[in-house]
Parts: sequence; structure tokens; C-alpha cells
Amino acid sequence: MAIEVRIPTILRSYTGGAKVVEGGGDTLSELLSDLDSRHSGLRGRLVTEEGGLHRFVNVYVNDEDVRFLGALDTKLSDGDTVTILPAVAGGAFGFAAAAAMLGNRL
Amino acid sequence: MVVLTIDRAIVDAIIAHARRDHPDEACGIVAGPVGSDKPSRHVPMQNAARSMTFYEFDSMEYLKVWRELDDRDEEAVVIYHSHTATEAYPSRSDASIAGWPDAHYLLVSTRDPAAEEIRSFRIVDGAVTEEPVRVVDATVDPHAVQTYMFGQSPATVDYECSGR
Repeated sequence: MAIEVRIPTILRSYTGGAKVVEGGGDTLSELLSDLDSRHSGLRGRLVTEEGGLHRFVNVYVNDEDVRFLGALDTKLSDGDTVTILPAVAGGAFGFAAAAAMLGNRL
Repeated sequence: MVVLTIDRAIVDAIIAHARRDHPDEACGIVAGPVGSDKPSRHVPMQNAARSMTFYEFDSMEYLKVWRELDDRDEEAVVIYHSHTATEAYPSRSDASIAGWPDAHYLLVSTRDPAAEEIRSFRIVDGAVTEEPVRVVDATVDPHAVQTYMFGQSPATVDYECSGR
């Protein structure tokens, strides 16, 4: 089963510079594990140690944000396109509050 | 040294957007052809956080705008947002979240309604490096002016780094 995955510039160091890679899996979590077997470290940039999606990564299946589809449990089908975009966010936010929101990323 | 060169009309549009959304933070991009480093198309975006201290691109608008960039062979040359009560310098959260190492991160402060405060930065792996901003006035034909000394072109304003 082939699912096309679009990789943003910042994560292309894990894919040998490739902008688009292919993978398989019945859920987003399975797909990320499959990708990680060939692009080691990629999953760790998207999934926290607690096993959830990072707060500041946007992942879409076709035209939908996976936050509204079941996050890592989102079901995938052959021919789906997964797009990964790093969140564009920030602001004049207090460091302590930002650290709390970012969890282990700081 | 890397410099952000940007048209006066685009800077004016960004500042107008930031003033319009004040006291909430405003955000958006300036697109340009891939690899050109030329910001040419201003795309104001919604701040999904609608906050005075935080901004975040709306997830669906972000996807739509980035698909459009792909279709037009463009990229986000500039990613901008405003700070509405503090200086135009990236906060810790700005630096740690920044995910586009090739973009110029432009910050606008609207804390003073009478003063124009813009600064530009590269943010790579959380490390912030300021760069000068060169605002050029494309409505003036540079070939019509030949006798100005270096650094005195009336069509250009240079914002040097403030050395912080």
C-alpha cells in the first residue's frame, strides 16, 4: 500500500533531501513507524516521548488536519497523501508559559 | 552578510496589517519565486490564536496557502508577525518553534503608533541571527538617478541591525 508523504525542508535531512517519500500503514502511527525504518529519526521529530503528536507540527491527510481525524490513530488508505508542515507560531509569550506548552521541546 | 531586500509597498502593507489587528498579533507571509530570495506577493494570514501575546497560522489556511505556493513555484521568502507591546525581536517561543530555516523572519512592533519598527532574522535550529533590512522603492526608476554617493540613494532606506 503506497501513501505519498510530503516532507518540509526542515525534515529533509532525514529523507536524503527528498521532498516526497512513500510509505505504508493502516494508521498514521503505522505509517510513521514504516517511514522511520527507512528514514531513522523522522518519527521522533513528529511524535513525543509520551506517544502523542508534537503540538507544533501540523499533519494533514489529504485536505484534513489529523487533529480532527484521530491524530496518530487516523485511518489511512492506499493513494492518500500525507502532508507535514511545521507549525508557524510564536509571539511575545512568557518563557515559562511557552515552555509549558512546548513540553519537552525546550 | 545576508540582507532582506523588500519593496516599500510590501512593508507598508505588512505594517498596515499589523496596525489593523493591534492589539492582537498579526501574521502572514511574503511569497516569491523559489530560490529568488525576492519577496513579491504579500499574503496576510489569520492568527488562529487571536491573542495579544501569541500567534499561530490557522491550520487549514496554512495548507491552502502552501499548496498555492507549490502550484506557483513559490516559497515563503518572508514569514512575519507582530509584537504589540514589546520590541520586534524573536521571543524564546518564536525561536524554538521556527520551522522554516530558509525564510526571513520579519518582526513588526506596533507598541508605538507613531514609529515604524521592523527587524529581520534568520532562525536556524533555534539560533537567532539578525540581518539588515533594505527597503527599496520600486516606484522610482534607479536609472534616473546617477549622481548620488554610495548609501545616499533616496529610494532606499537601510535598517541596520541594532546590535543586540
